[in-house]
Amino acid sequence: MTVAIEVRGLRKSYGDVEAVRGIDLTVESGEVFALLGPNGAGKTTTVEILEGFRRRSSGDVSVLGDDPATAGAEFRARIGIVLQSTGVDPYLTVRETVDLYGGYYPNARPVDEVVDLVGLSEKRDTRVLKLSGGQQQRLDVAIALAGDPELLFLDEPTTGFDPGARRNAWEIVRNLSSLRKTVFLTTHYMDEAQNLANRVAVISNGEIVAEGPPSTLGGRHLAATVVRFRIPAAVADVPDWGQVPASDGTFELRTDDPTRMLHDMTHWAMERDVSLEALDVSRPTLEDVYLELTHELGATAGSE
Amino acid sequence: MSGPGQVVRQVLFTNKAFWRNPASAFFTFAFPLMFLVIFTTLFGEDEIPVVGGVTVSVSTFYVAAISAFSVISACYTNIAISVSFQRDAGILKRIRGTPLPSWAFLLGRVVHSTIIAVILVAICALFGAAFYDAELPTRTLPAFLVTLLVGAASFSALGLAITAVIPNADASPAIVNASILPILFLSDIFIPFDNPPAWVDFVGKVFPVRHFSDAMQAAYFSPTGSGFSGVDLLVMAVWGLLGLVLAARYFSWEPRK
Ligand SMILES: Nc1ncnc2c1ncn2[C@@H]1O[C@H](COP(=O)(O)OP(=O)(O)OP(=O)(O)O)[C@@H](O)[C@H]1O
Ligand SMILES: [Mg+2]
Repeated sequence: MTVAIEVRGLRKSYGDVEAVRGIDLTVESGEVFALLGPNGAGKTTTVEILEGFRRRSSGDVSVLGDDPATAGAEFRARIGIVLQSTGVDPYLTVRETVDLYGGYYPNARPVDEVVDLVGLSEKRDTRVLKLSGGQQQRLDVAIALAGDPELLFLDEPTTGFDPGARRNAWEIVRNLSSLRKTVFLTTHYMDEAQNLANRVAVISNGEIVAEGPPSTLGGRHLAATVVRFRIPAAVADVPDWGQVPASDGTFELRTDDPTRMLHDMTHWAMERDVSLEALDVSRPTLEDVYLELTHELGATAGSE
Repeated sequence: MSGPGQVVRQVLFTNKAFWRNPASAFFTFAFPLMFLVIFTTLFGEDEIPVVGGVTVSVSTFYVAAISAFSVISACYTNIAISVSFQRDAGILKRIRGTPLPSWAFLLGRVVHSTIIAVILVAICALFGAAFYDAELPTRTLPAFLVTLLVGAASFSALGLAITAVIPNADASPAIVNASILPILFLSDIFIPFDNPPAWVDFVGKVFPVRHFSDAMQAAYFSPTGSGFSGVDLLVMAVWGLLGLVLAARYFSWEPRK
């Protein structure tokens, strides 16, 4: 299997702002790779460096064997790009627009095929001006596909889509991957990464905080069970469970072995005839894992 | 597709979009012709000497002057404003991400503007021949065409260059008009000159607009000779080159923050 994208020690600063702080990524060809992270995490910065729009401050980057910072038209003929925010001429129709952009590439796909693929068949002769926001984004995807690229970059391809349109977009990405195209996408949505990607990297504050197939992503956190309870203030001699309780006496403990932990707690409580108020045992959802992964680091960075 | 083929394609698509946009079609196309009619109606009776040594009626003068203005409007104003809008809309950035060479995109715009300018000038000339006693410059046609093309190329380059100081699309009409309107008034275009004050003469000598108007008048009205005004064309070309150098250095493909 060949490597489509290889990134080592990538850094990017804007003046004093360190947007990307030394990340490593490897994307194999044919893979759907998702870069997941909150607002301002450094996703767009990273993708635009890979696309050749921005210059990196340091690090090594290779995309389809080229350095995007210096690569030319041959490189751009092999990639398709959906930027986070770009327009097209409002006075051209959907068909004309796809035709216009497809014509820049040596192996353009048939215009109608691309228009159908993104579900704009009924709007093919409508001017871009009259498309809804979501339809314009689908047109963005169509433009990126027009040149039949090997590697497709999608920066938040479904932000602003209605649920139906999101499913459609996912379907398109799955189609691409069944054609052995490589897809690099960014997203805010855990479920999107889960549904589409073979591999996910979570970025927060310019650093990769977790990486792997979505099923095992944040495995340690996902495996952990959270046990929550409150001990009335009157109770003295509370053992140190590795945590200072909240002001109302609430503990929130994390464990990989909930059976043993619950046994220890309840044993202690029964012996003293204390009740563990509001006792709750829960396992985090993927969304929780993601929030935690991205939050933890945010907190660390903030306290620097 | 080959580079020239790509340029032709750009021209065709730019043209399609141009005519569908009511604002660009009106301001670029209808405006100069409207000026021609208004100015000749208001000031057309008098006789004035023009470059080339003959005396013509003011309405005849305006045929040449508004021809020059048409080129400036189609090339400088139109390119500067529409490119700023395309830049803000992210169209320029998107183009940069495709294999289309940047020069093919820009040249496509310049060629399209030049075609619009040629059509406008042709309309002015035919209109002038029909109504304002401005005989078609058939004898001096080579000079007329060369002047037209040097003007179109130079003002296109300046139009691309000025985008570098336009912060965003909303500001572009104001900046573009502020940069060109005063010069148009001081350059024997909107107001025919007969012994202008020295400082106005100076402004005319420095900037390319008066040179363009003079060259156009010479190419239009010269009773003898080829109608070429070498010095004027040279000054325009120098401005054009300056614009090209500045554009090459400072042109931005991404919205300016
Ligand atoms: N051109 C720029 N100049 C200065 N700072 C920038 C620039 N672009 C991004 N930044 C900063 O770099 C950081 C990362 O931004 P980036 O756009 O890469 O985030 P993102 O993950 O794409 O966010 P979002 O989900 O909101 O799109 C942010 O703090 C942002 O303010
Ligand atoms: Mg972004």
